[in-house]
Order: sequence, then C-alpha cells, then structure tokens
Amino acid sequence: MSRFIALRLLQAIPVILAVITVTFFLVRVAPGGPFDSEKAVLPEVKAALEAQYKLDLPLFQQYTAYLGDLAEGDFGPSFKYPGRSVNELIEAGLLVTAELGLYALLIATLIGGLAGIFASLKPNSAQDYIPMSLAMIGICMPTFLLGPLLVLIFGIELEWLPVTGWGDIPGDKILPSITLGAAYAAYIARLSRAGMLEVLSQDYIRTARAKGLPEHRVVLKHALRGGLLPVIAFLGPAFAGLLAGSFVVETLFQIPGLGRFYVQAAFNRDYTMILGTTVFLSTLIVLFNLLSDILAASLNPRLRHQFHTGGMP
Amino acid sequence: MRRLSLTEFRRRAGLWFRLESTQERKRRRGFARFTKATCIGCLLTLVLAACMGGESNVERGNREGGLHYGNGAEPQGLDPHVVTGVPENHLLRALFEGLAVKNPYTLESEPGVAERWEFSEDRRVITFFINPEARWSNGDPVTADDYVWSWKRALHPDMGNEYSYMLFPVVNAEAFAKRELEDFSEVGVKAPDPSRLVVTLREPTPYFLQLMDHYSTFAVHRPTIEKFGKATDRFTKWTRVGNIVSNGPFELEEWLLNRRITMKKSDSYWNKDKVSLNKVVFYPTDNLVSEERGFRAGQIHYTYEIPLAKIPIYQAMEDTPYVQAPWIGTYYYLLNTTREPLTDPRVRRALAMALDRDTLARTVMEGSVIPAYSITPPNTLGYYPPKLFDYDPQGARDLLAEAGFPNGEGWPGLEITYNTLESHRKIAVAVQQMWKDALNIDITIANQEWKVYLDSVTTMNFDVARRGWIGDYVDANNFLDLFLENGGNNNTGFAEAYYDELILNLAPQAKTREERYARFFEAETMLMEQTPIIPIYTYTSRHLIHPSVCGIPSNLMDSLNLRYVWLDADRTSSSQPCESQSL
Amino acid sequence: MSDSGLTAIQDAEKGTSLWQDAWVRLRKNKLAVFGLIVLATMGVIALLTPWIAPYAYDAQNLDLGATPPSAEHFLGTDIFGRDMLTQIMYGGRVSLAVGLIATSVALTIGVTWGAVAGYVGGRTDAVMMRLVDILYALPFMIFIVLLMVVFGRNIILLFLAIGAVEWLTMARIMRGQVQSLRQQEFVEAAVSLGLPARTIIRRHLIPNALGPIIVYTTLTIPSVMLLEAFLSFLGLGIQPPQTSWGLLISYGAETMEEYPWLLIYPGLALTLTLFSLNYLGDGLRDALDVRGSKD
Repeated sequence: MSRFIALRLLQAIPVILAVITVTFFLVRVAPGGPFDSEKAVLPEVKAALEAQYKLDLPLFQQYTAYLGDLAEGDFGPSFKYPGRSVNELIEAGLLVTAELGLYALLIATLIGGLAGIFASLKPNSAQDYIPMSLAMIGICMPTFLLGPLLVLIFGIELEWLPVTGWGDIPGDKILPSITLGAAYAAYIARLSRAGMLEVLSQDYIRTARAKGLPEHRVVLKHALRGGLLPVIAFLGPAFAGLLAGSFVVETLFQIPGLGRFYVQAAFNRDYTMILGTTVFLSTLIVLFNLLSDILAASLNPRLRHQFHTGGMP
Repeated sequence: MRRLSLTEFRRRAGLWFRLESTQERKRRRGFARFTKATCIGCLLTLVLAACMGGESNVERGNREGGLHYGNGAEPQGLDPHVVTGVPENHLLRALFEGLAVKNPYTLESEPGVAERWEFSEDRRVITFFINPEARWSNGDPVTADDYVWSWKRALHPDMGNEYSYMLFPVVNAEAFAKRELEDFSEVGVKAPDPSRLVVTLREPTPYFLQLMDHYSTFAVHRPTIEKFGKATDRFTKWTRVGNIVSNGPFELEEWLLNRRITMKKSDSYWNKDKVSLNKVVFYPTDNLVSEERGFRAGQIHYTYEIPLAKIPIYQAMEDTPYVQAPWIGTYYYLLNTTREPLTDPRVRRALAMALDRDTLARTVMEGSVIPAYSITPPNTLGYYPPKLFDYDPQGARDLLAEAGFPNGEGWPGLEITYNTLESHRKIAVAVQQMWKDALNIDITIANQEWKVYLDSVTTMNFDVARRGWIGDYVDANNFLDLFLENGGNNNTGFAEAYYDELILNLAPQAKTREERYARFFEAETMLMEQTPIIPIYTYTSRHLIHPSVCGIPSNLMDSLNLRYVWLDADRTSSSQPCESQSL
Repeated sequence: MSDSGLTAIQDAEKGTSLWQDAWVRLRKNKLAVFGLIVLATMGVIALLTPWIAPYAYDAQNLDLGATPPSAEHFLGTDIFGRDMLTQIMYGGRVSLAVGLIATSVALTIGVTWGAVAGYVGGRTDAVMMRLVDILYALPFMIFIVLLMVVFGRNIILLFLAIGAVEWLTMARIMRGQVQSLRQQEFVEAAVSLGLPARTIIRRHLIPNALGPIIVYTTLTIPSVMLLEAFLSFLGLGIQPPQTSWGLLISYGAETMEEYPWLLIYPGLALTLTLFSLNYLGDGLRDALDVRGSKD
C-alpha cells in the first residue's frame, strides 16, 4: 500500500512541472500583454511597468526566477491588482470555491447516492425509471442552462431565494450549490445504482440474507462498500469537474470564487494570477485524484497492484 | 401448457407486475421513509431561507445613513498613482481630495484642499492656497510639500503611472517623466511655504483646474508610503485597511476582495460638517444583469449601468428610477486610412453617410444614446462640433460610385473588428446590414478578445475597428488631441500638419474662449472633412437610482461628489423633489 | 415438453452474429430506440437546413426586435428580429458538427494509440500509457480556457482542443480491449502467418474491439457538445456570426426574464439531443456488452 502511494506521488511531480512549464510559455505567447489598455501607454511608462514586473528579463530567466519563487511558496504579485499578491487572491477565492464545492459535492453524493441506491433496490420498475430519468436529465442539462432556469423559477418568479452573492444574504448559498451539484448528483446516482446492482446480485449478499440478517444491515454493512466503489473512484474526476463547473456557477451567481478569478485573469492576461491559479488547481486536482485512488485501493485490494488508474475494466 | 417455475412466471408476467417478497417490501418502505424525510428537510430549508428576508440593504442604509453603491468592477487598487479605471475614480475621490473639486451640478471647480487660488497675468502661473484645516486621516496637516513630493512620484519614470500625462501641462513635467530631465526641482511645481503651492504651466491651460480633481494629481501621504517600501514600488501594502492614510471625506474601513469596500465618514476631514452620509459601501458589480436584480431586491441604492434589454421596461415605468444623461464620450469606428479601399476619402465618407444612426439608436440601443456626427460631444462646456454630413443613402451611393464601386461592384470587402461585448456585436451586425442594404457591399465582422483587440488596434492591424473614447475632463481638447500625428491613440493614419498646429499651438494661445473654440472648430472641420473615423453615438450615463438618494445629479462627466449626497427615507418617488439637507 | 420448447432450442442453435443479437436487444430498449429516432431526425434536419430553414440565416429585422412565438415565427425572434427556429437549426448544425468532428479526432488518436500500446506491450506500452496517465491528470478545463483565450476565434482549434481532451479514455478502452483480444487464437494464427502488426491491428483487432468503441463514441459526443457549449457560454467557443446551441443559450440566459423563449428553445434542443445520445449509448452498451447485465 505504501509502495502504491509512493509511486503515485512520484508520478505526480512531472505532471505538476509540466503544467507549470506549459502554462508559463503559453501565457507569454498570447497576443496582447497585461499592460495594453485602451489609452495608449507612453513607452517610458510601459518600460517602467515591465521593469517592475520583471518582464524585461529574458524569458528563460523569468522562468527560472518564477520557479525559485514558487519553491518558496510565493506566487508573485498580481498584474491586475497591484498591491495584492497572487497568494492572497487565491486564498480569498479558494475559501469561497471550496465551500461551494463542498456543498455541491455533499448534495451530489447524498442525493445521488440515495437516489441510486433507492433505484437499485427495485430495478426496472417505476422506482427505478423515475430517478434514473431525472438523473439523465441532470446529465444532459448543462450547468449554464440549469442555473438560469433555477434562477428564473426560484429567484425571479417565486422569489423564494436570492440570486446573487455568497454569504451576503441568508439563503444565497442554496441555488449555486444545487446548480453545481445537480450534474454530479445525476452521475453519482447512475454510478451507485450500477454498482449496487452488481453487488446485490453477488453470492455473498445472498448468503448474508440467507443468514437472516436484517435488510438494512445487509445493505449498509456488506453491499455499500463494494457498491459505492465506483462512486468513490469517481470523486477524483468529479472534483476536477466541479472546478470547471464552478467557472460557470460563479459567473452566473456573481460569487467571488477562484473559478471566476481564473477566467477573468485569463482575459486580463494577468500572468502571475493565471500561472498561480493553474499551478495551485492542478496540484489540488492531482492530490485529489491520488486520494481518491488511495481510498478506492484501500476498499478494493485488487487495485493496489494496478499501476495505472483506469486499469479497471 | 407447461408449468412455469416461480421465477419463470415472474419474468413472463412482465416487469411491471413483478411480485415483491416481504423482505423487498420492507426494504423499499424503510428506504422510502428515509428519502421522504430528506425531501421534507430540503423543502423546509428552502422555505426558511425565503422567510428569513429581513431588512434590505437599502432600508438599513436609509436608516443609518449608509449608501450602497454599485461600482462596476473590483478596483485594481487604491493607489492614486497606479490605478487607471473609472470604478477606481469613485473610490479614490471618496478617500482622497484634490486641490479643487467639481461641483456635481455645474461642473465648475470648487475649493478642495486648496481654499482658493490665484492666476498670474498671463494665466501661466497658478498659486494654490492650502486650507490650513486640511488634514490627513492621522491628524497630520496637508501641506504644499505633500503635493510637490506626490507629483514627483506621479511623474517618476520608474513609477509606471499610466496617467502621468495628466500633469504634462506643467513646465518640464513631460521631460521629467521621459527621463530627459533628472532634477525634479526644474519642474514647475514649488512650495515656497507649506501653505502655498505655485504651479507653472507651459501655456495657459483653461482646463487645468479640472485636472486637479483627477486622482492622478492627488497628494499621498509620504511617511505612510515610505514606511511600507520604496516610493515607486507598486506592490507595497500601504493602501490596506489600517495602513492607509488619506485626506478625503471618507476613510477606509473594510476591503473584502470582490465582495465590498466599506468607508466611514472621516473625523479629520476639514469639511466634515457638510458631509451627510455616515457610511458608503461600494460593491463590485461587473455583471449588469445581476446588478439590476440586486437593485430590484433592494441590495443597492445605485447601479453602475443597466442591461440594454431592461431600458424600455424602465423607460415605460411611471416614476422610474432610471436616469439617463449625456456623458462626455463618443462611440465611433476607426478607419485604417492606410488600407485599401479606405485610402480614398470618398469611400470613407460614403460609409459614414450610409449609416442610419437614428434607427440604430432607437432600435439596437433602445433609445438610450444620442447619434453623433463628429468626435467631440455637443455642448462640451459650450463647444459645439461641426456636422459635415447626415444620413444620406443616395448620396453615399453616388460617392461610392464616383470612387469606383458603382452599386458595390468590385468591392474588395472590409472587416469590422470589435472587442467581445454584446452591445458592440449588436451594433456591428446592424451596421453590416445597413451597409449591405444601402451600398450593396459585403462586410464581415469579427470579435476579438479584449487584449487581442487592443493589440490589433495599436498595431493598426484592422480595417474598421470599434472604439470608444471617454473624456477625462470637460474640454474639446481631450478629444481633438487624439488625432495629432504622433498621438498614441490616433490609430487611423490621419495626419495633417496644420491640424497639429491648431491644436498644439494656436488654440492654447487663444486669448478668449470664443477664439479658442473657433480654432477647435476649424480643426475638427478639417478632421471630419477627411472622415478618418465614423462617429456613431454620444455616450450616455445610465443608472438606476433609488428614490431615497439625493445629491447625485446627472452631469456630463458622470462625476460623483459624495459630499453632496444624502439619503431621504421619506422620498419614495423619483418625481418628488429632493428637499435640501438640513445641515 | 411441448413443441414450442423444441422450436426454441432449434432457434437458439441457428446462431446469430453479434451484431444481429445486439440489434435485437437494442430494439427492445424503448428509450434507446427513441434516442435513435430523435438523433436521426436531428441529423436530417441539420443536413437539410440550408434548404428547409424558413428564413435566411442573417435576415434581421431591427424594428421587430424580440418577439414571442407566433404564426410567422414558430419559436419567436431574437433581439435582432431574426427567426429563432432558423437560428436553432443553424446552431444545431454547428453543435452537431463540432460533436462529430471533435469526437472523430478523439477517436482516431485514441484508437490508434490504444491499439498500438495494447498490441506491442512491454516497455512501449508502459511508456505510452504513462503518458496517458500524466495527461489524464492535467486539469484540461484550465488549459482549454487558456488556449481559447490565447488563440481565440479559430474553430479548427476548437475541434483540436476538445478532441485532445477526449482521446485519453478512448485510448485506455482500446488498449484494454486489444490486450484481451491479443490472447485469442485467431490473433496467434495471424501472427504465425507472418502478417505485419499494422495489418493485424487494422484488420483483426480494431473490428473486434469495435463494440466498446462504438458505445464510448456515442457517449463522447454529448460530452463534447457540452464542452463546446460551455466554452461558448464563457465566450471562448464558437464566435458570431456563426452560432451554436451553447451560444444561443448564453444569450438567452442574459435576457431570460424579458424573453424566456430565447433560453428555453435552444436549451430544449440541446438537452433533447444529449438525452437521445446518452440513452442510445446506454442502450448500445447494454446491447453489445454481454457481461454487464442489469438483472
């Protein structure tokens, strides 16, 4: 097990390094620099700005300087918001996005998991088709379609819930979390249903039942572990997907989170912010994938000997 | 008939009629109960949230004297010599005060940090008398030396201040900023004693006092800045809450990134008795649709803008909170006169004449803008631009035929470049259609992301490019100096030596305002004869303002002076006049 | 035993090909059939759009503006006065095209990669799959946003970028398939005949691995379409004057209070198509995959 973890950690390092390098050079290639503005900038002013942000150094030197700063955990100053370091901006945005992601994941896992288990208990019946059709709709409806629809129904027509902000008005966290979690609830519902069905038809479940165990013991203690395995393996990619989804949800609901910062930074050519966010998020995703793999491996010993994820048939 | 086993029977009986065993039923029931409980729990939360409304920001603000103001984007920062935007303008003019401020009703200059000023005979030397009561928020008096040091910082070539050109009318300021001059003492700003600031200008500049209300000319507190790092370093923390020292009517209380900036009334401000608001909260509202919803929900008193689609709705309302007024800016299309077929002025004029600006303003822009036929907005402090053409599709066709493209034959094609924004797209699509209908020519449109677009414009890599220019001060000069031959914002290829002469020499040297305006008129006529740009409309400022807000009148600069603002909770309708403050 | 039982045994012995079996099973799945019909209809409409669209694509009527559904305009008009039905049809062309083309890109790269890795095995396989793992871990969404911001309006780039994200899982599946097929006797026979690897992969392995490939392709198209819609929503995908369902939805979302039909109809079109694709894919998976049964 520890060998598995060590190997996977080792695999993660070149990934992160590749991310840093590719992003660094990609951003520099983009047309339009951070200081281009509608009113022409005097060449002296531009030179002064570039000097302050070390853009006047040769490219490779900038790269090594950046790596050096990175080793100390310093992402550098933001280009767009002078006086703010990227660390600060990431921190501010991260707290919000993490909270949003957590609620969304909770909603997704709870609702999705329950729905899937529920459906799996009586396959091919109404109890099965209805939740699964809803799940399918959830998968097919993009977040940026569901969001406005929910806003239209609950925020504007019924006026039950606020439609902007995060933490300013009580209840403004509900709609964004549901919007973000809905698609994942749908996936998780299907996954848990499939997993549960596969497990419930196994012999050892039949044995447990034959032994006379009460149904909830059978489900909770024996079936759940194996049945939810695909769900747990899914959590890693789900996290990455949640992040992508947060771009949209944060823009829709005007939430000051990391996703929105990232998109804005890309548009603003805020080099350090783009780099910092990319590196940070990539590291998070890699770690999360790793955690998810470890969790899955601990639940399913067969996986420990696979060196690739997706070795599962 | 074959006897079927129980399983066989079940399978054949069809999925819907499958019999349940007792176990399965118990399972299902137990689960159903659990799911039901969760659902009820969720619904309860929703209902609770809905009921928990409480007092809105506007209601609470009216009660406590706090204004909730939608301010567009999150500011780049709060250092007056570093930032460059309009949202920053409102914030900085609340925190700091310039030598002179603008009266929001008349746009005339009024005493700020300077209690009065005197002009020399030739109007090239201005002596500002600093108000002895003017204080920094930490109690230090504001002195003329603060200004000398601050202007040195603003002009310093290492600072990278994009607005340093605001101070270029001052003798030798430009040379210092371009490193042609090392010694700041040769720049025309001196403090013979702490209460007097003597400014020497290159030539008489009628709008100079207006510039004193722009944040790039504000004074900053030297000890504070030097405490946190080098004076020309952009990244120091001197503007943070708790660090910042300012001299304006409000002090910084809270700065939550991307959430809000809260300011409270300053105790050290010399004119604090005239300030009615106790608190101002600025919200970053870059999404217009959300901002308008926030306004309706009572979250803010004032919106920065309004989505186009909402304008007709608000205009049709009786007693509408919608306020629209001309704004000192022009929306126009740049024409690259160095590219075929735009090298021919007849082609350019034909394109300008084939645009139905009235229909455009009425339909695409929902009647919220004013058609423009020249670069300077009308009535810029009494100056009216020339109008050399009008909407004339037949005339345009004739001109185009004369230029060699009768009925659009042989037209090589043209592309309109614009930066990605819904309203720009709408206009470009409409213009494309208008030119097709009137002149039978094919036009393509292309949107570019902001930075790419800026790059294209600067490197003149376009045929027709959309442009907007908002004035920094109310004077025709800051529109006409765009088209100087070496103007960094020219981007059209237009260059006339006499035009430069008029703008740079003859107009500033005029003795009277009439003479000066006559020179401008001459120059602008020269400009529009060549039609290097196609003016489309004059900007308007558009805001939703809650009726309880008094003291934000419309003016050409869309200039806010928070000193004049007060909240009247009893004023529930916009048609009710604002009773003056009882101060 | 009765006659019917005997006939049943004889029928079973007649033998059917995998495809025929699969088709029979698929036909029974009502939802999958529904999906197939919807998709076929959409496809036909998309192909014939330039001829059957009620209005010209760029026919705008500024004075009309946005109007709700009426007799002249079945699905209403947008803010330029352009017919929504026409817009949705043309948007569908683009969205479906992006879906198909990007998926083909992913398919080509992924299948080839996976087949080679699975067949050759050993070191090469390890290296190739390690690369896939590394790429899999990259947060592609972030890169795509950056790529589109940087290089913008190029629709070719959009295809490539999206295709480049989706090929990875395809490669994995193909590799798994090839690995299990490689053990089979017919492959050993081909090897002993002296056939070059290229031919074996092309003529024996790929056709036999087609089952999961088809299923996965049908399931990739919707996620590609979602990705395109997502990018267009952020302003980074399809650019005007071209239109796509994603773009239409993003415009509709802005004005959904005043003109809800601008959001609802494109949204419906997209959701319905994705729905159909997903159910078809599910149905195909159930039909082709002998192992994973539901009950």
